[in-house]
Amino acid sequence: MREFGYQRVLDVSGAVALLDADPDARFLGGGTNLVDLMKTGVERPARLVDVRELPLDRIESTRDGGLRIGATVTNSDLAAHPEVRRHYPALTQAVLAGASGQLRNMATVGGNLLQRTRCGYFTDVTKPCNKRVPGSGCPAIEGEHHNHAILGASDHCVATHPSDMAVALTAFDTVVAYETADGPGELPLADFYLPVGDTPHLETALPPGALITGVTLPPAPTAANSRYRKVRERASYAFAIGSIAAALDVEDGLVRDVRLAFGAVASRPWRARAAERALTGGPATADAFAAAADAELAAARPLPHNAYKVTLMRNLVVAVLTELAEEASR
Amino acid sequence: MTPVPPTYSAITLNINGEKYTLPVDHRTTLLDALREHLDLTGTKKGCDQGQCGACTLLIDGRRAVSCLQLAVAAEGREITTIEGVAEGEQLHPVQQAFLDLDGYQCGYCTPGQICSALGMIEEHAAGWPSAVTDDVRPEAGPPPLSADEIRERMSGNLCRCGAYVSIVQAVAQAAGAQTAEAEEAAA
Amino acid sequence: MTTTTQATAVTGAVGTAHTRVEGRDKVTGAARYAGEIPFAELAHGWLVLSTIARGRIRSVEADPVLAMPGVLAVLHHQNAPRVTTDYMSITGTPDPTLAILQHDRVPYAGWPVALVVAETSEQAREAAEALVIEYDEEPHDVAFFAGRPDVYTPADSVVPTDEVKGDMEAELAASAVVVDVEYTTPEEYHSPLEPHAATAHWDGGRLDVVDSNQSTMWVAGELAQLFSLDPASVRVRSEHVGGGFGSKGVRPHQVAAVMAATVLQRPVRMVLTRRQMFSLVGYRSPTAQRIRLGADSDGRLRALDHHAQALTSTVHEFLEPSAYVGRVLYDADAHRTTHRLVRLDVPTPTFMRAPGAASGSFALESALDELAEKCGVDPIALRARNEPEVGPLSGLPFSSRNLLACFEDGARRFGWADRDPRPGLRREGRWLLGTGTAAATHAAGVGPSTAAVTAQADGTFDVRINATDIGTGARTALVLVAAEALRAEPGRVRVHIGDSDLGPAMFAGGSMGTRSWAWAVMLAARELRERLALGGAIPPEGITSRSDTSEAVGALAQQERHAFGAHFAEVAVDVTSGEVRVRRMLGVFAAGRIVNPLTARGQFIGGMIWGLSMALHEEAFRDSASGTHVGADFAGYHFAANADVPLIEAHWVDDPDPDDPVGIKGIGEVGIVGAAAAIANAVWHATGVRHRHLPIRPDRVLSANSAGGSSA
Repeated sequence: MREFGYQRVLDVSGAVALLDADPDARFLGGGTNLVDLMKTGVERPARLVDVRELPLDRIESTRDGGLRIGATVTNSDLAAHPEVRRHYPALTQAVLAGASGQLRNMATVGGNLLQRTRCGYFTDVTKPCNKRVPGSGCPAIEGEHHNHAILGASDHCVATHPSDMAVALTAFDTVVAYETADGPGELPLADFYLPVGDTPHLETALPPGALITGVTLPPAPTAANSRYRKVRERASYAFAIGSIAAALDVEDGLVRDVRLAFGAVASRPWRARAAERALTGGPATADAFAAAADAELAAARPLPHNAYKVTLMRNLVVAVLTELAEEASR
Repeated sequence: MTPVPPTYSAITLNINGEKYTLPVDHRTTLLDALREHLDLTGTKKGCDQGQCGACTLLIDGRRAVSCLQLAVAAEGREITTIEGVAEGEQLHPVQQAFLDLDGYQCGYCTPGQICSALGMIEEHAAGWPSAVTDDVRPEAGPPPLSADEIRERMSGNLCRCGAYVSIVQAVAQAAGAQTAEAEEAAA
Repeated sequence: MTTTTQATAVTGAVGTAHTRVEGRDKVTGAARYAGEIPFAELAHGWLVLSTIARGRIRSVEADPVLAMPGVLAVLHHQNAPRVTTDYMSITGTPDPTLAILQHDRVPYAGWPVALVVAETSEQAREAAEALVIEYDEEPHDVAFFAGRPDVYTPADSVVPTDEVKGDMEAELAASAVVVDVEYTTPEEYHSPLEPHAATAHWDGGRLDVVDSNQSTMWVAGELAQLFSLDPASVRVRSEHVGGGFGSKGVRPHQVAAVMAATVLQRPVRMVLTRRQMFSLVGYRSPTAQRIRLGADSDGRLRALDHHAQALTSTVHEFLEPSAYVGRVLYDADAHRTTHRLVRLDVPTPTFMRAPGAASGSFALESALDELAEKCGVDPIALRARNEPEVGPLSGLPFSSRNLLACFEDGARRFGWADRDPRPGLRREGRWLLGTGTAAATHAAGVGPSTAAVTAQADGTFDVRINATDIGTGARTALVLVAAEALRAEPGRVRVHIGDSDLGPAMFAGGSMGTRSWAWAVMLAARELRERLALGGAIPPEGITSRSDTSEAVGALAQQERHAFGAHFAEVAVDVTSGEVRVRRMLGVFAAGRIVNPLTARGQFIGGMIWGLSMALHEEAFRDSASGTHVGADFAGYHFAANADVPLIEAHWVDDPDPDDPVGIKGIGEVGIVGAAAAIANAVWHATGVRHRHLPIRPDRVLSANSAGGSSA
């Protein structure tokens, strides 16, 4: 690990000023991903700006009935918050499905959005990786990729985004708020992560030096009937091989509103808009759910060892929407 | 360009109710500060990457992995390590349960398991749901501390010897939880 | 709850549950492991490992690194102290991997190519990562697959590589039912939670090494040989060991620590990183196994053919003896068990908990289940039908063989009698349910040991034996054995272990440690009690009796000496997500006399959890293009977490070894043998699909079930 400077900041403007002055600086939140990446040499910042004590640790209801969640709220506090559990249960479930109790106590909302892929080529600096060293190649495509992307990937990178929390946030149209030296800004989470293309090292649309200050969940009555389900290679404390955040509102057997997002299938949380369009206004039946999943997964481009994810995601869509339809009719 | 910032700091850590002042290389994790600088070696290094939980301790009363916590960033926080769990000669009930029920083998993951159990019992008492809680809505009330709830909540602490069965029984006993399985096993 | 063996003890110490004597130290954090002993002037070493899989070192750019803060030395093949591997160790010729930094050849990725020593571990790590090494890379080959044309027959070891009797093809042709299937198991890693750590320093002309290992005698002996030192001038201590499982013998970090301590003349500590452990401390070889079983329609075996292929490195030979297990479990008119190896550009595999038996039993005990299905015979009845009277190949009698008693007791406890043998019938929500069973066996060996027991004037006793407690509970077991022999309360007995100065004793491995040490402790303690019975005052220095079991162990009659067991598992499988959950496991073992039921239960259950973990989780990925691992950490290499493990029960039946003074057979490994097969058999019973490739990952369940056939 390279030697680095450390500064703790107590206000947002001071934090962004420090990063603005030093492009080799990074914000330190819970450190659960950044410190690990520094140990393995993937990240080599010259300075850490510790933002854990910024006054961004609150969860507040917005006037229109949504929620605003500060960037330094820990994953644990987010998951345990009564308003989150009541109005967005899939978000609580997604957060609780991630990492472990002790990591969730440390990790922050802002850091969770910005965590890096766990692709084994990315995390090993002795290997080529276009995301880490642009132009060096992507050995995963010909190598070990049974847990890599089937949607939205490119010939340059097939890594997946590891967050569970972000999948649920994506399903609920979350907006990310940030601050730069030039002032505040906002980005819908749908536009927050950049397409892979030939620039997999460029991961988010945040301006350089921007500090995430929080996320806003718009009101979503449908989200009260929501669920997150995660499949992984161990019952707990493992990253997903496929996950789904879903919310469903059914009236008279017809889908009035549906939200669907997939995890562990793309370089970002994957909002399944084609499936949502196929379902909205139609019957809430297993056949319809399957057809909608197929509509979404028609775009899948699996590699030799991850084609199972197409089947997995189709099955998860049917299983979770069927459960939610039963709940809705109760 | 900005000038090169200092890479060392003199810090004061509050550990088990005592203050320790020491210079640290900013790269030093809380785990290494404890083990290599303060001779508090009860906190263990299993993977050094947040992937095993052996280094679990309590920060401001909550369980955390100390391998991903920079020492310099822990200044001003209340740190409890395994050395601070017992009251003098009197073992904490969680420690006593691990001892009595053989909730370990090699003992290397044990301090982390015990600190994790302490934090977990508090989290459960505060009504936090877990990934295996059927209904996470607050109206559903707090989940009973079943064997499955303990297993999920303790899954951030790997045990390679495979002492999980007695770890779950020890945590249940210490938490005062009467799980059906604990009763079955005792029968 | 458990059926304990008959207590012959006067005090009742042996056979009575006793918490660990070092337990308080372990739950308070007071127990110090190898990397935790303070030393003044301590320096920290960091190994640099090759990033290429084959080739030569062209240059080591040491100068810029030597200028970095705190850096004390950079050792490499041009300046490191010389060592020799021209000797025989207790496991045969030493692995040349121990002779680090001696030449420019790189035989695999992860080979140590340099050693950086600095004042702090942070400085050492940063300097090691900054060190530039240029290589001349050569083509490599790391691809392990069944039927490689370049396999060879390894040399016979203690047991023959191949054993053959009868006319295999004729018996197969005459069989009413034939099973001919292939199984594979992947690279698996011991992954003890405590990383390998050693601190070496010169103390008044003696080399002192504080280490984490499974035998201080073994490590001290090899370090003396490697560095051409007088064996009496080397002391190795290993008080608390955070798990070993076969990985903690002599390894490059100890050699590196001695080199650096010698060059710098100050204490040097080496602690391996988790990632380094995936290259430097051995692993279980992947296997490709073909099994052919031929039977009469009632299931009587006419033919048993088990062919196992494993890998080794290009620098050393290690055989994963997967086919041995069939030489003990079943007889057949034609019986063939054979092994082949392929040399690849990878590190040398090594012993890992139940070497051979763990991987081999997965294949053999799965194949027995397939045969039971084809014959329409209950899997337990099939095993009873093929129960041999004597060793199938040796013709020797079994010292005791209580396999069927294990099955009977286990079947009763598990509720096996109600089982419908047809697969794919039981559903609970999204889960398909199934049950499976498998047999277990492990060799019950013993090695020579010496012990000293001293009666002190204050009525207490000190037992000195160079045992190692890697978590097995050996320390506590030896207290109980000594207490029984001395007719003393266990609280009056202190045990001193883990120090090569204590003299020769067996290593902690092969399920032989506690048995071998207990034998020596029992003999010394018995003799001491006889001397004390004569009366008289105890002098201030105490009265000491010593034992050496070499002769007694050597005089054991040749017999088939094994522990046995029966596994039962219930699983739930969601074929739409591929998830497999084990709902319960139950094992019944016939494994000699149980010294301490509390810790023995942990040994059996721990082994069973290893079997569960092997069945569902464990697998390291090797990238053939680079020859290196992908995901060499605990996020990439999964073993079972708490949530994967259900309530597991272990029981035992009466099975003392009459030729052993304590009656022990050894219990550290039999719990894993067959456990993975019991789970795989249960997955078949749940889904109707056979999984012949471990681990049974969700993608394999999904792919197999959507294809509607047996596994790919």
